[in-house]
Amino acid sequence: MKRSSLATACATALLLGSASVAHAETIFVSNEKDNTITVIDGDTLETIKTVKTARRPRGIILSPDYKELFVAAGDGDIIDVIDTKTLEITRQLESGPDPELMDVDPDGKIIYIANEDDSLVTIMEVDSGKVLAEVPVGVEPEGMAVSPDNKYTAATSESTSMAHIIDNATHTLIANVLVDSRPREAKWTKDGKELWVSSEVGGTISVIDPATWEITKKIGFEVPGVRPEQLQPVGMDFVRDGKMMLVPLGPSNRVAVIDTATKEVVDYILVGQRPWHGELSADGKKYYVANGLTNDMTVIDVDRLKAIKSVPVGRLPWGVAVMPGKPDV
Amino acid sequence: MRILRAGPETPKGSMHPLCSKFPALIGTYLIIGLAFGAAGAMPAAAEEAADTSSAQAPAADAPAKPAAASKPAAAAADDKKLMRVYYLGKEYDEPLPLSYAEEVVTDKGIQGARLMLKEANQAGNFVGHAFELDEGIVPDDGDVVARAKEALASGHRFFLTDLEPDDLLAVADLPEAGDAIFMNIRSSATRLRQEDCRQNVFHVIPDYAMRADALAQYLIWKKWPKWYVIRRDTPEDQDYLAMVKRSAARFGGKVVEDHLYDLPPGARNIDSGHQQIQQQMAQETERAPEHDVVWAINSDDDFGDYLMYRTTLPRPVVGTQGLQATAWDKSYTESGAMHFQNAIPRLADRKPVERDYTAWLGFRSLSEAAMKSGKVQPKDVKKYLLSEDFKLEAFKGQALSFRPWDHQMRQPVILGGGTRVPVSTSPQEGFLHPTNLTDTLGFDGPESKCKFKK
Repeated sequence: MKRSSLATACATALLLGSASVAHAETIFVSNEKDNTITVIDGDTLETIKTVKTARRPRGIILSPDYKELFVAAGDGDIIDVIDTKTLEITRQLESGPDPELMDVDPDGKIIYIANEDDSLVTIMEVDSGKVLAEVPVGVEPEGMAVSPDNKYTAATSESTSMAHIIDNATHTLIANVLVDSRPREAKWTKDGKELWVSSEVGGTISVIDPATWEITKKIGFEVPGVRPEQLQPVGMDFVRDGKMMLVPLGPSNRVAVIDTATKEVVDYILVGQRPWHGELSADGKKYYVANGLTNDMTVIDVDRLKAIKSVPVGRLPWGVAVMPGKPDV
Repeated sequence: MRILRAGPETPKGSMHPLCSKFPALIGTYLIIGLAFGAAGAMPAAAEEAADTSSAQAPAADAPAKPAAASKPAAAAADDKKLMRVYYLGKEYDEPLPLSYAEEVVTDKGIQGARLMLKEANQAGNFVGHAFELDEGIVPDDGDVVARAKEALASGHRFFLTDLEPDDLLAVADLPEAGDAIFMNIRSSATRLRQEDCRQNVFHVIPDYAMRADALAQYLIWKKWPKWYVIRRDTPEDQDYLAMVKRSAARFGGKVVEDHLYDLPPGARNIDSGHQQIQQQMAQETERAPEHDVVWAINSDDDFGDYLMYRTTLPRPVVGTQGLQATAWDKSYTESGAMHFQNAIPRLADRKPVERDYTAWLGFRSLSEAAMKSGKVQPKDVKKYLLSEDFKLEAFKGQALSFRPWDHQMRQPVILGGGTRVPVSTSPQEGFLHPTNLTDTLGFDGPESKCKFKK
């Protein structure tokens, strides 16, 4: 009996192993100072290719069909579009000056771009590159998030400390919510019932109710022995089917784990230096976070909430995107 | 006497596309009523606001009254809470840069205030606040106190003061200025935070105590504790020297000698002078006791830079030249700082200097307090500035606030100057404080000699 159960266990492990191969995935990391994207094989965690981009690539996102990767190159004043099969830049979107972050609507038709220097949100057709509207927002817009129902887009302005809500149908602002200092990213819950906004310098996450556009909860951070001003939430990613959120905390070199139901911080995971943004693996079991000052990417086991590996990337890594499948190269 | 009214500049080359369609907007000194927050009707509202902007602005301590409420858009504009800020300055004789190649900047400070006016209105539009900036910069022989009286009489209560200590105190001590707020953007004089502190004066610029401490912490961290001071003897130099000695005592450094440099200032980079300077700087440092660094104290900027690479022993130069402790540096790019590095040239056609940053910071403190508290009465603004809620973001990677005991803004201090990348930012690792690490720079509560009189 014992033997057979052991055999079963082994077989299961093998199956699991092969299953993860079947779920092959590719990780993209933007390197702000190298002007490159590091492309990593999700299985081997080896670099497949380093793609040269326009200057200062920061925000990177994939189209909903995973065919294209959008790279906001701030100092190049352009968005490079990389074909995820060939890993070549196939075209560029005239984003307007200093694009930092962007989001694509669920249909993959419209892209919303934060133009940091011009205090604008540029709304553009993905296919044609045609600018549909430019919406003036606060100073230094950064975080962009289209709501799951495609009704709204949230844009955070770092210097003005606001979350601006754009009506996607009319391209006008319908609400401006004052949050704590230096809001960096905005994320909607899957059901669209909450909008989370991270305030880097304020050291909090504001949870906003889209029914009233009011802040219903503020989440703070506390780690014994770490100075409060080092606990700076930047990126935010829902994991475990939205039950938890992972929050890279910049200079504290940690990723916070928040229970989304209670909105309490339940754990902190030590990673490399100055993590800002991360992304969940395609199967939801791993979280990849880019460490700006150590030029590497930490792999976190989402089930165990432990850092399991560190992978070298380029200089000043910023954003992470994950695609199921592999490129052709 | 020169009184200027300035408003949100629309710099060439970066004009917003909407602006080009509505020329009425450009050049108006006040944008109110960009009521596209909820209504989403920006262009029309903005155009009408431009028409009404010449209406007399109400006093800052009275609620904004509708000026021309016939049009709905104008009424919306006047619903905004208005804060009027006054830039009070004087064209003091400033030392010329040591090098002819370096541009003489005559608009330090005011450009930072103009940038913040634009940014404050941009933010205010969304939350029902409007901001105005009046500029009153008197000539060197002008009467700044008279100018301040006029401004106070016209209802101004929020000032950015680009003034030297005696002028600042004369203005702050005016009987009618008791409930005003003066943001000191210029003077590093420690007495303004110590025995000459005032309840109505806030300091956004670091004082000499913070600057000396910021450098000293770094030198101690480097294990370079022996400092050879070479200096002039202006009141600023004496102030800085006292603070360097104080830093040495606090952090375990030592001023091995205080050497007065009393040779007459050379011509600015004299054509045939390099040889002479080369010899002179070696002579000035050859008799120095054993030292790790040369600490130059030369507020008039007439010899400090000559020390670099010309000392007898190969020693780094720090102080008012060489490695400097500053609130802003041309090499600083961290924590979103590129926004400011890029924004000032668009407005001023030159790189930002420290006073642009402190003027921006002073205005930003006021506008943040107004918008976050929702109040524009001086007493409410002051209360908010001193509250725990006041956490200002200003490209320093952490929130800035005011020390309640002397109204000095606590802030990390950049160590840079002359290098293409900043050298460091203080406070340094290992210098501890029970509540705020930045309070290891300058006068902490228990050491403060400041006693505010009501």
